[in-house]
Amino acid sequence: MTDKTDIRKPGAGFTRREALATGAAAGALAAGLSLAPGMARAASPKKGGRLRIGIGQGATTDSLDPATITDTYMQVVNYGLRNCLTEIDGNGKLIGELAESFEVSKDAATWTFHLRKDVTFHNGKTLDADDVIASLAHHRTEESKSAAKSLLKAVKEIKADGKNTVVIVLESGNADFPYIVSDYHMPILPAKDGKADALSGIGTGGYILDKFEPGVRTFMKRNPNYWKKNVAWFDEIEALAIIDPPARVAALSTGEVDVIDRVDRKIVDQLKRQQGVNVEEVTGNQHYTFPMRCDQDPFKDNNIRMALKHALDREEMVRTVLSGHGSVGNDHPIGPSQTFYNKDLPQRVYDADKAKFYLKQAGLSSLKVDLSVADAAFDGAVDAGVLYKEKAAKAGIDINVIREPNDGYWSNVWLVKGWCASYWGGRPTEDWMFTTTYAAGASWNESFWNNERFNQLLLAGRTELNQDKRREIYYEMQQICRDDSGAVIPMFANYIIASSNKVQHGKVAANWDLDGLKVCERWWFA
Amino acid sequence: MSKIVKMVAQRLALGLLTLFTVSLIIFLGVQLLPGDLAQAILGQSATPETVAAFRRELGLDLPAYVRYFDWLGGMLQGDFGHSLANKREISELIGQRLLNTLFLAGVAAAIAVPLALILGIMAALYRNTLFDRAINVATLTSISFPEFFVAYILIMLLAIKMRWLPGISNISGEIDLAERLYRVVLPALTLTLVVVAHMMRMTRAAIINLLASPYIEMAMLKGVPRWRIITHHALPNALSPIINVVVINLAYLVVGVVVVEVVFVYPGLGQLLVDSVSKRDMPVVQASALIFAATYILLNLTADLLSILSNPRLLHPR
Repeated sequence: MTDKTDIRKPGAGFTRREALATGAAAGALAAGLSLAPGMARAASPKKGGRLRIGIGQGATTDSLDPATITDTYMQVVNYGLRNCLTEIDGNGKLIGELAESFEVSKDAATWTFHLRKDVTFHNGKTLDADDVIASLAHHRTEESKSAAKSLLKAVKEIKADGKNTVVIVLESGNADFPYIVSDYHMPILPAKDGKADALSGIGTGGYILDKFEPGVRTFMKRNPNYWKKNVAWFDEIEALAIIDPPARVAALSTGEVDVIDRVDRKIVDQLKRQQGVNVEEVTGNQHYTFPMRCDQDPFKDNNIRMALKHALDREEMVRTVLSGHGSVGNDHPIGPSQTFYNKDLPQRVYDADKAKFYLKQAGLSSLKVDLSVADAAFDGAVDAGVLYKEKAAKAGIDINVIREPNDGYWSNVWLVKGWCASYWGGRPTEDWMFTTTYAAGASWNESFWNNERFNQLLLAGRTELNQDKRREIYYEMQQICRDDSGAVIPMFANYIIASSNKVQHGKVAANWDLDGLKVCERWWFA
Repeated sequence: MSKIVKMVAQRLALGLLTLFTVSLIIFLGVQLLPGDLAQAILGQSATPETVAAFRRELGLDLPAYVRYFDWLGGMLQGDFGHSLANKREISELIGQRLLNTLFLAGVAAAIAVPLALILGIMAALYRNTLFDRAINVATLTSISFPEFFVAYILIMLLAIKMRWLPGISNISGEIDLAERLYRVVLPALTLTLVVVAHMMRMTRAAIINLLASPYIEMAMLKGVPRWRIITHHALPNALSPIINVVVINLAYLVVGVVVVEVVFVYPGLGQLLVDSVSKRDMPVVQASALIFAATYILLNLTADLLSILSNPRLLHPR
């Protein structure tokens, strides 16, 4: 798709284009990290065929309502059926989707989205501003149970300006707001009696819903009137929920499906040797964390936090828990593919002496702490906890690894216990990631961290339209996060996709699994 | 005969009482699990605000007994209700899956039951020979391995190495019966390996038990051939225990196949129940649990009925 997004410059000094160019460069860097040797080369795409995808998530309780989407299965289906105002392209660059262009006021608080004309929904309804307003309101009302509710908290008003323009007024500036509306929670749904129609599956996307059997399969057919040209190549999509990892591999090996996600890391190398199968690996922003509650003893003392941050061997954790399919983390959540990734920040390494030093600073000679883990947090969390314990013992730290039940982990352990395991799929922008998990008072501030300087910088960065200044701000924030926050971030995990060699694709996006969740739209059969 | 009708009526009435008790226990059980649907669905992305909104929408903020009686009231009027998670009709959600489960159980039973009976009779016939031992070792080995292990081995051999059968059982969509059968062969085979030993050993034991009876000795002295003694004289009297064990295994094929469903990605009731329990989707849990309980009750009743009918002493008690 060509990028016709016209982003007009609102004030002096700010060039959004530059920002986007930087984003593209970072995206290219991410692609450089792609480890797969047999990457399918982009031959010219052609139409046809039925793509069968085996996705490692999905449940009988899934709903078409985008407000409650939580896993890859519904995310992929959602992006097949629907479009958002903006999207992040294969290079990690923000472009307009249903918004042809967008512009911002000087204070970054008023965003104006110009909608594409002549876009129709699957039921023939023409897209206009009312649909956008209803779709966003779906997440903002009092009774909304949307996971995007907190993302849109700062929105003061959403109004139409004619049929094809939507103006969104924020309470305070947010230079990254167009990224937020690319989120999978916020596709544009058709308005019905002033409310968004969230359950019918009707959207403006490249595929029309044919059958939806939650937790089993979803069948979609190509939208003949799709407004995007040169995408959505397949005639039909069949998305199967295949939870069991060996079953997924067996399905691919026997030709029952064409693409699978979440390949078991232990067998990636074997699978790569199998004929007719391509394996793609991308290092995205998906990272694993061990958040300590900074509002509870002993983690109130930053010396303790620093001691624990030095007491784990990240290299070894990547080698064993991830079987080498990932990269080490540096105790901040910004991935190497992100625009303002601080590459000058020294990598933290395992150092038992330093850990001992920090313990001494805290007035202790030894330390005993509980660490709650379960594989619900991330695949291999229990092993990671045990490995942590082993290495920390050499620094005089006794970690008592408690294995918690997977069931109910997110309500009973996470944000409750003093120290536990967690994961983040990553967010497209620095501001979004920090605001979600590190800002004081955020609902998902998993380490209950409150750093004054960090919070000031966060606000400054959000309203700042000058890219150099923003870089400075985010570089410093990563450093503060690394040296003060309550989250130990040992590693970034790769997204691993395997596909039959009949399937072709361009460069695989790093922002989410399955080519930025847009596998239905971007891939094709050779 | 009227006695039998009376017994069936009595047992059915008791069955209804059992179902009611089951529904109460299931409700209390799920109630005891930590968290509720709102928390389970929203998972990591839950905030106190959205959880509260979700609960209000679904009525999860009402006291437990109110929700139970609401559900029971609907149930008594034949309304299974809606899934809390995606608002779908439960009958629609469960209907196809129940058929799938029964189809797989039917295919597995069609292979396993005759196979087990024949093997059991042959083992009794050639008792303590090499054949008997080989059959015993083989079936006991297959029942001793966990189901998923048997399943993976079969997938590796028959699907990946030989390429004879599909690696997963995708039976959705418009496919004819032959294709459908072809796609459930692997799971049905797995289930067969798991259940055959029990039925085979019971058949063998029941028959051998009878072979020591005086009337069998009499038949032998008359010069009746060995196979005829077993099929005509011993088997009819051994039917009652055999029927019982067959029926228990049939019930197992309907309610206990969740592991096989997961490995073969077969859309049956087991997976639905597991998903619903983990998301605390009460109406779906209740409906599935009641179907499973009813399966046991009805099959047990059938077993008792058949035992009585096959035994003149029970049919005409003095």
